[in-house]
Formats: sequence, C-alpha cells, structure tokens
Amino acid sequence: MSDIESTQSAPGGRQRPMSELETVVVRFAGDSGDGMQLTGTEFTKSIALEGSDLATFPDYPAEIRAPAGTLAGVSAYQVHFSSQEVFTPGDQPDVLVVMNPAALRINLPDLPRGGIIIANVGSFTQPNIEKAGYTSNPLENGSLSSYQVFAIDITKQVALALEGMGLTAKEVGRCKNFYALGLMFWLYNHPMEREEKSIRAKFQKNPKLAEANITAFRAGYYYGETAELFPTRYVVPPAVIAPGTYRHITGNEATAIGFITAAQLASLPLFCGSYPITPASDILHTLAMYPHYDVITFQAEDEIAAVAATIGAAYAGALGVTTTSGPGMALKSEAIGLAVMTELPLVIVNVQRGGPSTGLPTKTEQADLFQAVFGRNGECPVVVIAPATPGDCFWMAIEAARIAVRHMCTVIYLSDGYLANGAEPWRLPEVASLQKIPVTFRTDPQGFYPYLREPMTLARPWVVPGTPGMEHRIGGLEKEDVIGNVSYEANNHEKMVRIRAEKIARIVHEIPEATVYGDPSGDLLIVGWGSTYGAITQAVKSLRRRGYRVSALHLRHLNPMPANVGQIMASFRQVLVAEMNLGQLLMMLRAQFLVDAVGFHKIQGRPFKISEIVTKAEELLGAREQAELCTHAEAV
Amino acid sequence: MTQCNPEQAPKLTRKDFISDQDVRWCPGCGDYAILAGIQRVMPELGIPREKIVFVSGIGCSSRFPYYMNTYGFHSIHGRAPAIATGIKLTRPDLMIWVITGDGDGLSIGGNHLIHTMRRNVDLKILLFNNRIYGLTKGQTSPTSKHGMKTKSTPFGALDRPFNPLSVAIGSAATFVARSIDIDSPHLQYVLRRAADHKGTAFVELYQNCNVFNDGTWESVTDKDVRSDRLLVLEHGKPLVFGKERKKGIRMRPDMSPEIVEIDGNTSGLLVHDERRHDEGYHFMLSRLASPEFPEPIGVLRAVREPTYDELMTEQGRTVSQQQGKGNLEKLLHAGETWVVS
Ligand SMILES: Cc1ncc(C[n+]2csc(CCOP(=O)(O)OP(=O)(O)O)c2C)c(N)n1
Ligand code: SF4
Ligand SMILES: [Mg+2]
Repeated sequence: MSDIESTQSAPGGRQRPMSELETVVVRFAGDSGDGMQLTGTEFTKSIALEGSDLATFPDYPAEIRAPAGTLAGVSAYQVHFSSQEVFTPGDQPDVLVVMNPAALRINLPDLPRGGIIIANVGSFTQPNIEKAGYTSNPLENGSLSSYQVFAIDITKQVALALEGMGLTAKEVGRCKNFYALGLMFWLYNHPMEREEKSIRAKFQKNPKLAEANITAFRAGYYYGETAELFPTRYVVPPAVIAPGTYRHITGNEATAIGFITAAQLASLPLFCGSYPITPASDILHTLAMYPHYDVITFQAEDEIAAVAATIGAAYAGALGVTTTSGPGMALKSEAIGLAVMTELPLVIVNVQRGGPSTGLPTKTEQADLFQAVFGRNGECPVVVIAPATPGDCFWMAIEAARIAVRHMCTVIYLSDGYLANGAEPWRLPEVASLQKIPVTFRTDPQGFYPYLREPMTLARPWVVPGTPGMEHRIGGLEKEDVIGNVSYEANNHEKMVRIRAEKIARIVHEIPEATVYGDPSGDLLIVGWGSTYGAITQAVKSLRRRGYRVSALHLRHLNPMPANVGQIMASFRQVLVAEMNLGQLLMMLRAQFLVDAVGFHKIQGRPFKISEIVTKAEELLGAREQAELCTHAEAV
Repeated sequence: MTQCNPEQAPKLTRKDFISDQDVRWCPGCGDYAILAGIQRVMPELGIPREKIVFVSGIGCSSRFPYYMNTYGFHSIHGRAPAIATGIKLTRPDLMIWVITGDGDGLSIGGNHLIHTMRRNVDLKILLFNNRIYGLTKGQTSPTSKHGMKTKSTPFGALDRPFNPLSVAIGSAATFVARSIDIDSPHLQYVLRRAADHKGTAFVELYQNCNVFNDGTWESVTDKDVRSDRLLVLEHGKPLVFGKERKKGIRMRPDMSPEIVEIDGNTSGLLVHDERRHDEGYHFMLSRLASPEFPEPIGVLRAVREPTYDELMTEQGRTVSQQQGKGNLEKLLHAGETWVVS
C-alpha cells in the first residue's frame, strides 16, 4: 500500500486523516453461514461504482454446510481494486476481515506482515477457538503482534443495534455481515445511501430483514466513525477506464450470455444439454433463465445423455452446447467421437477443476488440456480454445460457436474454476458491432451427398431432418468419402482420417495471429493459456518496469495454434511455459515446434500469484543466480 | 405435427420407405420381419418421409435406420434415446422412432431409457428383444434367462433377467406394448398404435436371433402353442385365452392373478383397461410369464399425459409472454450496470 497523506475530512463530521492508496486487496472470511459472499459482492459493486478497476475471487468450501465454526466451513471472498489496471484478484490481502477463529486460522498464512486484521471478537469463544485448532485465543496470546489487529465485538454490537426490532436470535446473527460491510464502507469512504437502496432491493420480499440489515450496516459504518479505532481512512482514486457501460460479470455468466449471443447472431435456437457439476453448473443455471431467447436447456440424466441430446439437437439444426467439468468430460468422450465422425457442429464447455477423479471440485486447475486435444479413441481431431479472463469468456463463446458452425466440427472450450467464479467489470459491447454468424442449411437435393465438402473449409453440408428430398443416414461407422454410405474400405478410411485432420488444421488460416505482450524479441518469453493470463501479464509488466527484456504470449487457440507461435518463440533466448498442471502445453509446444522451453507448474488448486511468476522469471534471467550461488557455496 | 392429415400428404407406398442399402442381417433373422412390418405401416401414417427420423444405438437391430428411406442416425451404444430427445426438443414437428436392442436399451443404455420414459418425451421406442447380444456374437444380455449358457457364461448366467415391460411401467411410460416378429398383422397393429400415441411409446418386440439364440421365443410364439401361451390384449375385453378360448384370468382375494376355466361366462374375469392411470394393473400384466401364465401381447398401457416437449414449448411461450421476446440489447444490459464516461 503506497500511502499519500491528505487531510480531507470524513463526511460524517469527525476529522480523520484520509490516505490515498493506489491498490487495495480485501478478503472477507467467515463461516459458510456468515454471508461472506454477499458481503464481498456488495462491496465489489460499490467499488465498481466508485470507479476503480477491480477483480474478485470467491473461495468456498466443497462442503455445503460443514459444521459451524470448523476449518472445513470457512468461506472467503477477495476483491482487488485499484486506480491502475487490475489483472488478478491479488496475490495477498492487505486487509483480512475474519468473522470467527477458523477463518483467521485458514487465511492468516496469506496475510503479509503488517497487514490489517479486523476480527469479530464476539465469535472468539472457547469452543470456537478449539474448533479452529487453537489452544489459546490468538487475539490475546500475542501471536498476532506483527499485524495490525482491530478486534471488534460485532456479535454484540449487532445485537445491541437490532434490539427491539422483534427479530429472532438467528435473524440477528445473520446481520453480522452487513455490519462488517458498513465498517468497510466507512474505511474506504464509500457512500452509504446507494448500499441501503441495494439492501432494500435485495430483501424486497422481507422488509423487516431489509431494515435489520440496513441498521446493522449503519451501525458498522458509524462504529468506524465514532470508535476512534482506526487512525486513518483510505481512498482509492478512480482508475482510467475505457468509457462505456459496464457490468460485473463472472466467467460462467459471460460464457452463458456469450452462447446466447452467438445463437442469436447465427439465428439458431440454442440447445444446452447438461448435467450439474461444480464449477460448471452456473452456466446451466444462467441459460435456464432465458427460454424467451430460444434457449432450450435440458438437464439430462448424466453427462453422456447431455452430450448425446446436444448432438441430436445439432443434427436437428440448433447451436448445440454441452457444459461440464473434468469428470463429466471423461464421460462424454465416446459421444465426442460420434460428433467428429458425423461432422456436426458441437461445442463442449469444460470448466476445469482439480483432478483426477472427483479431485478438488471447487478448486481450479488446467490439467484437462491433453484430455481435450487427445482424449478419445481413434484419430479424433477437435478444435480447442480457452478464454483468458472472465469477460473474455463472452468473446470466446462466440468464437467457439462461429468455428463449430462454419467448419462443421467439434470445439472444446476450456474454462476453469478460477475464470468461472472470478469476476471483473465488463464493458458491454455495442450490439450493432457484433458480427453475424452466417449459417446455411442445405435444402437443395440436386447433386446432394452427405459428405460433399466445401472446398475451402472442407465442411460437409448441414442438412436438418424435415428437409424434403434429402433423406439420408449418418452415424458413427466410417463413411465412404462424399457418398456417405458405410464403408470399411481400407484406403477410404485413411482418406477420411486425413480429411478430418486437415479440416481442423485448416482452421489456422482463420484464427487471429498470436500477439506478444511486450517486445517481439528478448531474453524471456512467458507462455500461458487460460486463466493464467492476469498473473502472467502483471508479472511481465512489473519485470519490464524493472528493465528486464521479458514478454508474454497468451494462447487462446490451442488446437490449432496460431500460425506464428513457433516464430514468436524462436525470437526469445528462453521460453517459460507457466500452467496449472505438470506441463501439458509445454509438451505440446516442444513436440510441435522443437523448442527448448521449460515449464513452471503449480497444482495446488489455486491460481498463480504474480510474485511466483516474477520469482521464477528472475531465476531464469539470472537475477537470482548470485544469491543462489552464495547459499550453494555455504552449503558446500 | 406428427398427426398429419393423410389427405394432404402425397400417397406413399411401402417401396418409398425402402432405402438403397443392402440389408445385412443373417438370413432368417427376425429383424427382417420387423423391418417389413414397419415399412408397411409407414405409408399408412400419412406422414411425409422427411418428417420421420429413425435413431438407433449399436447392435444388429440398430442397423435398422440404414434400411429406411427416411432421415436416420445410427449412433453409439445405448445412447439413442438421448440423441432422439435432443432432436425432438429442437424439432417437435418430427416423428422420431428409436430402435434399440435388449443390450443396447437395457444394459448400457438402461439409464437413458428409463429417464426418457419418465419424462414422456414424444418418441416411439422399439426394443428388439432376442435375449442375446447378437452383434458381438452371443453373450448373455439383461433379458437372457437365468442359467443360460452363452459364450460369456459357459457355465450358465448368474444374472436374473429384466422384464422390459415391467421396467417401462415402473418408469411411468405412458404407452407400453409388446408384439412378436413372426405375427405380422399383430405387429402392424401395435406399431400403428405406437405411432398414434402422443408421448413415449415403448414397444418390446420378441425377435428371434437364429444364429446365437435360435428359438428363444418358440415355446410361447410357435404356431401350435401360441393360443395357449399368449394372452392377446384388447381394450375393454375380458382376459381370455386358449385354443377354445376357455381360459380366463381373474384376481384372487390376495390380489394375485389366477387362471380359471370358463365356459362362455366371462363374469368375474379381469377386463382389460389400457387407459387406467395407476400402473398396478398394468404392472401385474407385465409379470405374467410362461410357463405359469400366458404372456401378454398387445397394448398393456396407453394413457395420455402431457409430453416433455409439449410442456417445454408451453413454458417457453409463457415466459415469452411474461417477459417479452428476448433481444441482445436486453440480454447484455441485464442486472446492474454503470457508465464510465
Ligand atoms: C461402448 C461400447 N461397448 C461395447 C460395444 C460392443 N457392442 C456392440 S453391440 C453390443 C450388444 C448388442 O446387443 P443388443 O443390444 O441386444 O443388440 P442385438 O445385436 O442383439 O440386436 C455390444 C456389447 C460397443 N459398440 N460400444
Ligand atoms: S446375429 Fe442374430 S440378431 Fe444379429 S443379424 Fe444374425 S440372426 Fe439377427
Ligand atoms: Mg439383443
């Protein structure tokens, strides 16, 4: 936190110095039942309206309702806001709000020394302290002496504030989070009125609860003002943000509305066959809200039925999208082969999570790249793309649909848990600027064969049942070139295998060339894909500021890859591939381009921190060599 | 509309439904007779060929779509009901037939089959039951008899078999019927009834695999024994069977069925009612099996309930009325937005 002292007065009347900050990271943490996600999103909304750039990330437990007060039940929400461009939800919090001892225990390791802790003392009872695995009260035993601790009895304060409102003890307990929110509003100098309106809207159905929450919110705000606890208040000046209309969007929401937009641009109904699975379910939930947009959502009995129904829908002329995560992806593989064989347009969304098997359902990973590119029987080529940021999910959904219908092929869209739940302000595109997706169904029976091909793309015609005079049969058995009858002929099979491969390979001519962030040549190129975009970009930015000749290459198209990838990599002395797996893109790049790239891997269910990438880059650039040699010498 | 007006459609004949592909089943396979029956019934439905889709899984029986001159989709093992569901929901105007086998529909695809029936998607599902895996050359199937010796069970199958009709009724199918490959008039009658049903129509077809399970149905379908071993169901008629039609079925006080000799007087016998909503009676019928009882053929159950596709269309219409037809401007601007200038 870089502070610039100023002497603005607090609007509440009392003088309190106001420090200007460039960047702040706040993390709210509490029990699953404490409403931390709501507190986080409400604060975020206000930050956006104050004009900061921001990014957020929720971190919730796999268990829906782990026993109250336990470590397993801790839920957190982090928001990073700044007057500068924000690329990630932040490596570590500056301010940690903890509603109970378990939340402190889990989140403290991420807080840097000197960081601020705001703790609800009221919940630091003996049983809660024990449940968190502490032997004594950490707020009292001196163990937090290197942090700035503000201990407030939120439980009691809220109870006092709400006295006489006729609420049950449980209802009163539920208002604690708004007290914490009020405190943050005071601390960061946000206006109260807007939030009170928002609370009223949120609890429209229960005006009593709305008033209670507003009272708690105000109590928190006024406590900050009157209690003389905090020496300063902070203000983060607005960022320079491209003009336009914005909304806050998560990757999953952006994916869903991206597909609806794509279907409308193609004038097709959208069909989404899906089976619930974390962290992909929200895409289904969002799509299910839009039947009036010609969206058909079908919650199937399993992922196999979900993809099968989607293939049926594509055959019948819909834009077919099926959404899932790793384990569901595994179940879909046979049917993906059918889609490839029948050359129908199909989009498969895999919101990757930690694997293998059930793995880490609520955590992020990028270890399904091989599965996407290679994970089927036979030579079974598909297009693989990956969005880079929550907002980019919208654009890549359109890209996926465009490729699928133009090339009559399968497109796998690799999101991940971090993109899916992470959120950022998203500038709404002008509807008029969105390019239509041209689709032609063949209706002319003259000279028709099911496997006739468009010479440029090699796409076969899309003929939907119901079209007179073009009755034909398709299926998973190998088909005779052009004619489309079942064929077991040896040379025909090889020909068809090659055509299917060529069809996908040719897409390289239609995807944009990759662009380098930084200079086109230098000492180190950091390559990434998917959700690592933010961390890598920010790391490269700060390394460059310090004079290093480092650039970044971010791939959104993974199969085929942009035509200039090999040439870009060849322009750097070293290539580092950072990914949340054991080196899958790394292996693909090495195999395709014979480049001596090295990998940087993190498989902890958490995204890269900017600092981790910076450190790794420094090591490769020799900036760390000196220090390391010294330790080595000592060891010898 | 699948219920097309025959007057308006061009008159089609059986030939119009025969594709140019050579039929590849073993000579003598029961599938030939079923194919012929379907090709005969199709022109009578008055539905143009382009409005008909045959979807199948994998198995000998699943080769079926290649031989029909309609739209056809030969898919993957067990998944035809799911693929057909996607087609139907996208194009409710199409008539969709699903062709499956006892392995395809009840083993690998059992899950899709029961859920499709439970949802009442408007599909006609024909399950060719030869009580064996034909295409993979003779392994036990979920309908093979307990103890049956097959390639995969040389010392006898340990599995207990499924009864496809019981599975269908247990899954709340709205139309459940059975027929046999070698009784062409009955087969055609049942197919017509299935075609007329709105909702999932499930039809079990006894089919002979003369290579790997020859004669599996002989003991009930053979011409000489048929009238004693089969109970031909007719709506509103008492349950009577036997060469001289002197045997009937009634319920004991403990609610179990029993066979009684009758002499013209059918009072006290069960009277077939395919339209009863509760499944108990239909389920009881489905359990009647040789050698204790004659095996029912015909329509066990036919009740009209809203189909999934109808409900979906209706729901879409209601939401559109309430919220207005969607447009991109509204979609993008949904929720809270703010302007940066
Ligand atoms: C995923 C998968 N597993 C196994 C097979 C092999 N297979 C093909 S058909 C079949 C059984 C078919 O039996 P049934 O459905 O009774 O059809 P029939 O051949 O008897 O008509 C099997 C196991 C396959 N094609 N796909
Ligand atoms: S193996 Fe049996 S079921 Fe298959 S075609 Fe031959 S006879 Fe018919
Ligand atoms: Mg069989």
